[in-house]
Order: sequence, then structure tokens, then C-alpha cells
Amino acid sequence: MTDPALEVTNLSKSFGALAACRNVSLDLMPGEIHALIGPNGAGKTTLVKTIAGEIAHDSGHIRFGGELIDDLDAAARAQLGLARTFQISSLAMEMSVLKNVMLAVMAVSGQVFRFFKPVNGDDALLGPARACLENAGLRKRAQTRAAELSHGERRQLEIALALAMKPKVFLMDEPMAGMGPESLARLSGLLRELKQTAPVLLIEHDMDVVFSVADRISVLVYGEVIATGTVDEIRANPDVQAAYLGDAA
Amino acid sequence: MRRETLITLTLLALLLGAAVYGHRGNEPFIITLAAKAAIFAIAGAGLNLALGYGGLVSFGHAAFFGIGGYAAGIIASAARNYEPVMTWPIEIAGSTSMPVIWIVAIIAAMIIAIPIGIFSLRTGGVYFIMITLAFAQMLYYFAVSWPAYGGEDGLSFYVRNSVFGLNMMDPWTYFTVCFGVLAVVLALMAVLVRSRFGLALEMARQNAQRLTASGIRPFNVRLTAFVISAMITGLAGALYADLNRFVSPAMLSWHTSGEIMVFVILGGVARLGGPVAGACLYLLLEQTLDGVTDYWQVLLGIVLLLVVLFARGGLVGLLAGRRAAHD
Repeated sequence: MTDPALEVTNLSKSFGALAACRNVSLDLMPGEIHALIGPNGAGKTTLVKTIAGEIAHDSGHIRFGGELIDDLDAAARAQLGLARTFQISSLAMEMSVLKNVMLAVMAVSGQVFRFFKPVNGDDALLGPARACLENAGLRKRAQTRAAELSHGERRQLEIALALAMKPKVFLMDEPMAGMGPESLARLSGLLRELKQTAPVLLIEHDMDVVFSVADRISVLVYGEVIATGTVDEIRANPDVQAAYLGDAA
Repeated sequence: MRRETLITLTLLALLLGAAVYGHRGNEPFIITLAAKAAIFAIAGAGLNLALGYGGLVSFGHAAFFGIGGYAAGIIASAARNYEPVMTWPIEIAGSTSMPVIWIVAIIAAMIIAIPIGIFSLRTGGVYFIMITLAFAQMLYYFAVSWPAYGGEDGLSFYVRNSVFGLNMMDPWTYFTVCFGVLAVVLALMAVLVRSRFGLALEMARQNAQRLTASGIRPFNVRLTAFVISAMITGLAGALYADLNRFVSPAMLSWHTSGEIMVFVILGGVARLGGPVAGACLYLLLEQTLDGVTDYWQVLLGIVLLLVVLFARGGLVGLLAGRRAAHD
């Protein structure tokens, strides 16, 4: 059996008396989309933030490609190849779409502290950035300011930014949030392509999307993983139906 | 050529024109005033990198301006007295050579800016403003109470320092040197903001969360910008001390920090030509309004208020429209 790309073991995080994550264990295998679902307030976003390194966890371990990354900050984890997207688009709104992506390409290159060569003629940045925009379906919007993009396009840009990092793992926090049916279908297709390059840990609220794209699903309720399995297993699981599907349906 | 570049060049041409006018009309006062404007513009350009492009509202840039000034004063007066500046841990001799003084001023500003930056950049917003202010005030009171270099009275050094054997006491010569330095500084800024580092700094200002998620620590980028910014303002301080042949703790006081900030805000935050426009406008207001009333700064306050309320891009913003450094 191959090693997981990302492995979370017995992870706990409390905010005062509120236990946002309790003994969470899950793994992400190469080539899969592993979806993490759960009702509002289940601790999904807290889990994403601890995995990304934005908040420190209280106990437990996170392994990335077999290596412990508990002590690394968010920037170091990103450099290792953990690309996260944000639930609420996090972009430089005053920059062009292309510049947003160029920054992500530049960050991976590791050559940030260069003070003289203009980025505008820098083919080492422009080439990969254009390719990512092409993949994310934003080629025509390259020169548009991020602020002028539609909601759906901003979600696409989030994904282009993750792509630009050439990640080993995608960590996607509700990438479909607030999207119309047409963009949803396009994004689902994109996700299936993405998993060929790197596995995706997909945090998602929309059940239909999850069931259509995920290879495996974990269900998070009140900070605990109550079930992990294939789509059919999760559909059939009585605990999940009681805790989540029952409420949703 | 972009409109903003054109405006920056026009501003420089106007400044040069004013000095030429003074030179031909044999009015050294105007030339010296133009030199002062050029120096203030350099100080503002330095602050603009932190405040404008980096979004780091430093209220302590007087520290670097003053350090640059004292570096010039101390080295020059030591040379005149034929004494070394210091003998321990390394022996530094005095000098009246401008390039030497400039380099020392820049390095001194850098040495001070690194710890100030490391401490203050751990905070943000109002706290950052207050901590930078506190550091500058610490240096101010240190300069006031330390008797070796004149203390409260300041330090005079009688003769202007020299470069390439030119007669620096001639206002026109001194102006051309200041103007040349300003042009070089602005060119450097234009290059810097368009570089990879400039892009990272822009992202640090617009969305630090995204910068981190991309794998770049905003702190490193901001500290670098803060230190470069301090070095440029330090260079301006050395030129200013030389202009007056005098350096005093006033250069370190928060009034100076405020003034440098006013140059940037009046002229246009994160605009290349902003500090030039701001410094010229400030001195112009000072000269014209000072004749009308002793309380000219009240009128300056009103102008500043109008700029902040109605022209967020300052004078340059008003002329050039929305900024486009990283569109």
C-alpha cells in the first residue's frame, strides 16, 4: 500500500471550552479526492486552518508526504507543496488576474528577493501563469482586475492560484460555495482533472457535488469524524443519515 | 509613456526649472529652497516605499532622517577637528567626502532600522504607528540628553562637505547634487516596485493572507521594504544636515516624522512622483502662506484635510487618475 500524501492523526483543537476538533484522524491517498463534509459549525474550517498551519493545534500530528509538519508555519507548509484555497476568495483585488497568478508562480520559484528585473517581461513567471489561467478557464480575463471578476470567476482564480503552486496536495475549503449550476459542472470536471496531478482534500457543503466527485468521504460532526468511507458506504451509514443527511434532506 | 511617468518627469522638470530660474536671476534663496525640496522629496520617497507601496504607516521616519543627519554631522566635524569618530571597536576616521558620508548615513539608518522593524512589524495598524513613533522619540530624547554632539543645541560643522572637488558652498552646485540623488532614488523606486520584490510587497499590502498561503512570509518582505525605506530617508537626512551645515535633535522629533508623512500624503501615496509633488507643495505653501499669517500651518491643515477627503491619490492622483503599478 502506498503512503498517504497527507495524514492527520488524533488532531485536537479547542477554543477555550469549545472543542472545534476532537481526535480527528484522516488521510489523503495519492490520486484521490477525499471529501470532508459536515453540518455548519462541525469544525471543517478549523480543521483546514490547522492543516494549512494558520492556527496551531493542541495535540495530534500532521504528516505531509510522511514528514511531520506540526512545527512548520503556513508559509513553510505552502513551500512544501500544500496549496489551499479559501472559502471566501482571498485575492489581491487591485491587481490584475495575471499578476495574482504570477505572484503564486514566483512564490514557488523561491526567488522573491530580486529587486531589479521587472516582472512584466519575466517569462519565467508569465509562461506558467498563463498556462494556469488557461487550465482554470480564465485566459481571456488575464488583464482584468480581480475586483471586477464575477463570483464564479473568483473561485476559478482561487484554483488557478493553487495550480500555480504546483502542489503535492490541494486543500480546498468550499471551492463551490455560492456557484451557479453551470460553473458547478465545470468546476467538478476541473476537480477530476486536478486529482491526476495531486490529491484533493475537499471541504464541501454541497452534498450533490461531493457525491459526484469524491472517491472517499469523511463526515465531521461536532469536531469528530463519525465515519469515513466510499460514497456508497457513507450513503448507507445510519449514523451519517441521522447526524447529517437527515437534517439536510 | 504612461501618464504617471510623464507627471513625475514634469514635476522634476518644474523643480529643476525653479532652480535654474534662481540661478540665472542670481537668487540663491530660491536655489537653496529647491535643494531643500529635492531633499524632502528623497526623504518622502523613502517613506513612500514603506507607507505607500507597503502599507506600513511609519510615524517614526524622523529616526532615520535624524540618524542620517547625525552621521553626516559627526563624521564631518570629527574630520575638521582631526579626531577619529570612534576608536572602539573599530577605528573610524572622520571624512568630508560626501560619498563616504552618504554610505555611512545609509548604513547607520539600516543598522537602526533593522531592530526597529523587527519589533514594530510584529504589530499592525495603530500599534505599528505608535511603536515606530516611540522608537523615534527614544532616539530624539537620547540626542537631546547626550552632550558629546551638542545635545539640545545641536552640532554645527561650518563648511559643507565635498564631492568630486566641487565647491559645495555654491547653492547651484549643491542643488544639482541633491537633484541628481533625487533622480537616482526615483529611478531606483520605479525599478523596485516593478520587480519581483515589488510584486510581493504589493501583495503583502493588499492581502497578506494570500501571500502566506503562497509560501512567502509577509514579515520578511515588509522588513526588507522598511529597511530600504529607512536607508533612503537616512540619505536624505545626510543631505539635509549638509544643506544647513547643522544637525540638531529637531531632525529626530515627531514633527519631522509628521512632515515627511505630509509630503507623501499631499503628493500622493504609492505614487512615484508623489513625494516630489508633496515636498514642493509643502514648501510653496510655507513660503507663500508664511507671509500672510504666522499660523500658516492652520492653512496647511485645511489643504491636507481637503486632499485626504477629496483626492485620496494626492496631487499626483488628481492628475494621473487611478494608480497602475501592478495592474
